[in-house]
Amino acid sequence: MTLEPYLLYALAGVGLFAIGLYALIARTHLLRKILALNVMGTGVFLFLVAIAYRSEPVADPVPQAMVLTGIVVSVCATGLALALAHRVQTTTGRMVLPENDESGA
Amino acid sequence: MNAPDGITDDTRLTPLRLIIMLFVLTLAGALGWAVCSLPEYSSGLAVTALAELSNSGVLNPVTAAVLNYRGYDTLLEIAVLLLAVIGVWSLAQAEPPAAFEPASPVLLSFMRIVLPLMILIAGYLLWIGSFAPGGAFQGGAVLAGVLVLLRLSNQDFAIWSHEVWLRFCLVLGLSVFIAVAVGVMAGGGKLLEYPRAHAGMLILLIESAALISIALTLAALFVGGRALSDEDSSSASENGVQPK
Amino acid sequence: MNSLQTVFDLVLVLALLWLAWHALAAADLFKGIVLFIAFGLLMALAWMRLRAPDIALAEAAVGSGITGALLLSGLARLRRLERSAQPHIGREP
Repeated sequence: MTLEPYLLYALAGVGLFAIGLYALIARTHLLRKILALNVMGTGVFLFLVAIAYRSEPVADPVPQAMVLTGIVVSVCATGLALALAHRVQTTTGRMVLPENDESGA
Repeated sequence: MNAPDGITDDTRLTPLRLIIMLFVLTLAGALGWAVCSLPEYSSGLAVTALAELSNSGVLNPVTAAVLNYRGYDTLLEIAVLLLAVIGVWSLAQAEPPAAFEPASPVLLSFMRIVLPLMILIAGYLLWIGSFAPGGAFQGGAVLAGVLVLLRLSNQDFAIWSHEVWLRFCLVLGLSVFIAVAVGVMAGGGKLLEYPRAHAGMLILLIESAALISIALTLAALFVGGRALSDEDSSSASENGVQPK
Repeated sequence: MNSLQTVFDLVLVLALLWLAWHALAAADLFKGIVLFIAFGLLMALAWMRLRAPDIALAEAAVGSGITGALLLSGLARLRRLERSAQPHIGREP
């Protein structure tokens, strides 16, 4: 079985989503959580475009258009999240969420 | 330079983290299995999209999808951009210009060469979007890059101090989009159903307005807060806000 | 030719996953953000490979350019606040 490019990139999208999701839950620093959200979003975009790649002779333009708008929206979400994190820091004095392993594990 | 100013994040593999990792791996496995079971070939909406391309007013199928087939989507997206700026503006105030160091002469002379080119490229991307890769988003991002460079070199006070113009330009994209969307209903069409003869012109009009709004939105997010107007800054210094 | 493309795809995908993991696991936030910008630029390459030049343009300009600038300025603001909150721990003498 030859590895189709769309399959490789779609699986990579799943991988990115998983990496981002793990970091989003496990890391406590807010800036790192924002990075993780971006990686998760990129994974979803990669999956969508890989799915669009399957059609011949040209790739499906509709998912591509969705990803195009999605990229711009994710930048805006990042900007808003950074402003919120800044507000958290000015209010509480720190940007790292408290970690309570004892109660969780 | 170890443990950079207290921003360390605990990365030890605690039992809780192990559980999270197992959960994420299970999810990834399930998703991967779902991906593998997809059919190897599917045209999706490509056939329909290409068949309607001659009616859309543009020759680039992605631009047609963004601004014609899925125009409703993009309209809401521009609204989301505006909401993000409103959110940021209500959360924070921009740093006063004194917070930045004066720009280095190298940066200033670099900008003198690059900025006109970037503005040209932004316009070119907007124009070429109708028949080749490009469009309002890409052009808007390049134009936002111009504003970011101006910000970094402390040259942008004029942009952020004219609050009325700033707000006008921020809502320009959304208002032109809504005006066109509703305006076509007067000619007997549905919402966002451009008449075939004028579709190309209307799309270019929307994109030009959206380009300005997108660029200013992204730059406003970079500035990270509402710029202080003259009255604000005097009252802020009285109240002792923004200590350096 | 075809196997060469497969090798390229594999290297690109592995590089993307490696960069994403290290961007999120780096102890230094600055390093993480720089890795994330590199990740965005490689994503632009992946979009070209997937016949999506429109998205490649947007990713190169927005995804790595503007997002990178946003994150770096956010980090600078964070460190400035930390320094003003605890002047005795700040890196500057």
